[in-house]
Amino acid sequence: MDFNDTPEEATFRQEVRSWLEANVPASSELEGLDYIGTAKLWQKRKYDAGWACIRWPKEHGGRNATAIENVIFGQEESKFDTPDNIFGIGHGMCGPTMMAWATDEQNKEYMPSLASGEKIWCQLFSEPAGGSDLAALRTRAEKDGDEWVINGQKIWTSGAHYSDYGVLVLRTDPTAPKHQGLTYFFIDMKSPGIEIKPIKQISGGANFNEVYFTDVRVSDAQRLGAVGQGWQVALTTLMNERASIGGGGGGVNFDSVFKLAQKVMIDDEPAIRDKTVRSKLADWYVQESGLKFTGYRSMTALSKGEIPGPENSIGKLVGAPKQQDMASFALDLLDASGAIWDKELSEEAGMFQATYMGSPGLRIAGGTDEIMANIIAERVLGLPQDIRVDKGIPFNEVPTSNS
Amino acid sequence: MNFEFSDEQNLLREQARGFLNANCDTKVVRAILDGDASYDTALWTKVVEMGWTATVIPEEYDGLGLSYLELSVIAEELGRALAPIPFSSSVYLATEAIIAAGSKQQKEAWLPKLAAGKIIGCLAVAEGSGRASAKSLTMREKAGALRGSKVPVADGDVADIAVVIAASATGDGASAYLVELDQASVSREVVPTIDPSRSHAKIGFDSASAELLGKEGEGWALLEKLYNRAAVLFAWEQVGGSDTALNMAKDYAMGRFAFGRPIATYQAIKHKLANMYVKTTLARGNCYYGAWALSSDAAELPIAAAAARVSAIQAYYFAAKENIQTHGGMGFTWEFDCQFPYRRSKLLSVNIGSEGVWQEKLISAIEKDRAA
Ligand SMILES: Cc1cc2nc3c(=O)[nH]c(=O)nc-3n(C[C@H](O)[C@H](O)[C@H](O)COP(=O)(O)OP(=O)(O)OC[C@H]3O[C@@H](n4cnc5c(N)ncnc54)[C@H](O)[C@@H]3O)c2cc1C
Repeated sequence: MDFNDTPEEATFRQEVRSWLEANVPASSELEGLDYIGTAKLWQKRKYDAGWACIRWPKEHGGRNATAIENVIFGQEESKFDTPDNIFGIGHGMCGPTMMAWATDEQNKEYMPSLASGEKIWCQLFSEPAGGSDLAALRTRAEKDGDEWVINGQKIWTSGAHYSDYGVLVLRTDPTAPKHQGLTYFFIDMKSPGIEIKPIKQISGGANFNEVYFTDVRVSDAQRLGAVGQGWQVALTTLMNERASIGGGGGGVNFDSVFKLAQKVMIDDEPAIRDKTVRSKLADWYVQESGLKFTGYRSMTALSKGEIPGPENSIGKLVGAPKQQDMASFALDLLDASGAIWDKELSEEAGMFQATYMGSPGLRIAGGTDEIMANIIAERVLGLPQDIRVDKGIPFNEVPTSNS
Repeated sequence: MNFEFSDEQNLLREQARGFLNANCDTKVVRAILDGDASYDTALWTKVVEMGWTATVIPEEYDGLGLSYLELSVIAEELGRALAPIPFSSSVYLATEAIIAAGSKQQKEAWLPKLAAGKIIGCLAVAEGSGRASAKSLTMREKAGALRGSKVPVADGDVADIAVVIAASATGDGASAYLVELDQASVSREVVPTIDPSRSHAKIGFDSASAELLGKEGEGWALLEKLYNRAAVLFAWEQVGGSDTALNMAKDYAMGRFAFGRPIATYQAIKHKLANMYVKTTLARGNCYYGAWALSSDAAELPIAAAAARVSAIQAYYFAAKENIQTHGGMGFTWEFDCQFPYRRSKLLSVNIGSEGVWQEKLISAIEKDRAA
């Protein structure tokens, strides 16, 4: 075990740092661009220099880098103020699924523009009747010659409104038991018959959407895996999701609350002197560092060729409620003015308030806290599954309401 | 011992709940959240007509002369309905300050108007981030005038009078003042908050004429006393709100299916709802004790109030956030009502000193009690 860089890693780190220093866009360069424009500009710049999706094969737009190199790149990039990343779903989930299941020609065609940020991808999984119980989705695909015709509705699709492609799971056989009647596709989001309606979130933004499909046609060539094998393909996506939406990241974290505690006062002394504040900060620190090092351990496993397993559910299960509690605590430290949510008047331009209102979504997106805990109990610890009332019966006979 | 409300008080609760069900469903809350109005004036007018703003004001000042038990009942129901009106500022804080420290003239001048809802009052303490103390205040009075600014002031944009806590060179380091807000030297702007269904303002005082409330140098003691009393009433609102969140979660869990059965059949959901109930019930128990201490001016008030406040803050935060969680993606949408208790729980918990402040007060009060 060694937490220090090997000489090769140190060289690599230095190379990354030098490139970032010379190439992270200055704010003047980004003036006039919206968040999509700035994200695309930065991604394209990385791509042109060979620093986009670096773990991916060269012919798909990457650089054949190792898992550890990928971590190093991420660590170094996070030290800079770079544009918000809107490619997480595409790079973290859609890309890896495509590379595992699509043909070589398809990957050569679609992956480079995904890596470069020129094209954005989204994940059309959840439906009104299929969230935690994803396999209960109902949107239909019916075969018509070399094409499939899609009818139904997806919901909560993050970024659908600015995406070019999406991956989706559809029901191709409603009479089969639910997991067996599914088939997986990728689709052009500009296809005729797709209608996208934004959903406003409690945090004020509208980053996720309802997506309606009316007689939308998709070529059979865009099917990933066999007909009826959709659940297995979806698991590739979900495994990668768990590995990519970990706990850490931006927004409210130990550092930002620590800094706030040094600044605001309790009984005329900086809050950081207060014993109760210190004890809370200590709790959050050990959670954060525990997650970080657990993450490093799975990276090490990954670099030895293992695939991300159910144990990665821990990142989200710990990280999301932690963010919520820390944001809540930060508002308490601000006392009465914790209520104010304003770019000018609030500390850190309202970041603590924004996280308070946004973090409930983190606990739900990509698998709820409860589902993450079930996965740990059943798939990591091997505890028996809940008795399943929907097991083995045809999907169209599973109860969906009290009536 | 009789740890229950009287029949009359329970009747009042029934009336209050019926009235608020009819006049303050979540559409009313949503309209204020979404719109430009600072509060629901129609609801406020009706609340005034029902005499709620006059509840504890003595009859000699045109009040109803009822007890804090009645006010507690009203507070719980207003909290349950998430009422978008300036009730807490005007009734639990400004009115209380004048009852507690006002001269006979001040009481005669303001209490009848507050009782009749002709004016709205507010309390101005904070001057930006962090916990204010007598030492941290920068606003001062000079020759009967105040200079400086206060932010945030709950309901400061719609209030007619403010009780302002300003620094003082004597006594406990602070004095309280009464300020009429309709003067040229007072400027006000609405500040955006995490709960736009309850408005907040920044108030600038540019040599605004002010009148001492209570004695010079006794302002901080007055504030502590006010907070101890208001804490009980805020806690009742918080308990009412927790109940709302719990009921929303319960209704949704019964009807939502996943894996072929209602999510209410999963123990993860059952235990979540049971925990909401447990926390809310403990908080309500503490609120009963707080209401008794408040209504009987008991020496136990500091402990009782802080216990009610701490447990109510915790119960409401838990119920509000887990209500969203129970709703899954739906709970995170603007369209659903889960956001209201989530916003309000945090607003009420930072309004008169946050959780840490009250934990500290609680243990200090217990220490003092044990030492005596
Ligand atoms: C911000 C955000 C972004 C999202 N982005 C996307 C996206 O890009 N693409 C996409 O496809 N989806 C997306 N989602 C959808 C997300 O994956 C679902 O919301 C989530 O899986 C929960 O499903 P649901 O909303 O239907 O809640 P439900 O499944 O109805 O859950 C309701 C409650 O029941 C609980 N529950 C359900 N089953 C069980 C059980 N077996 N045991 C115990 N408790 C249970 C849940 O934990 C939850 O508390 C997003 C969601 C959010 C909030």
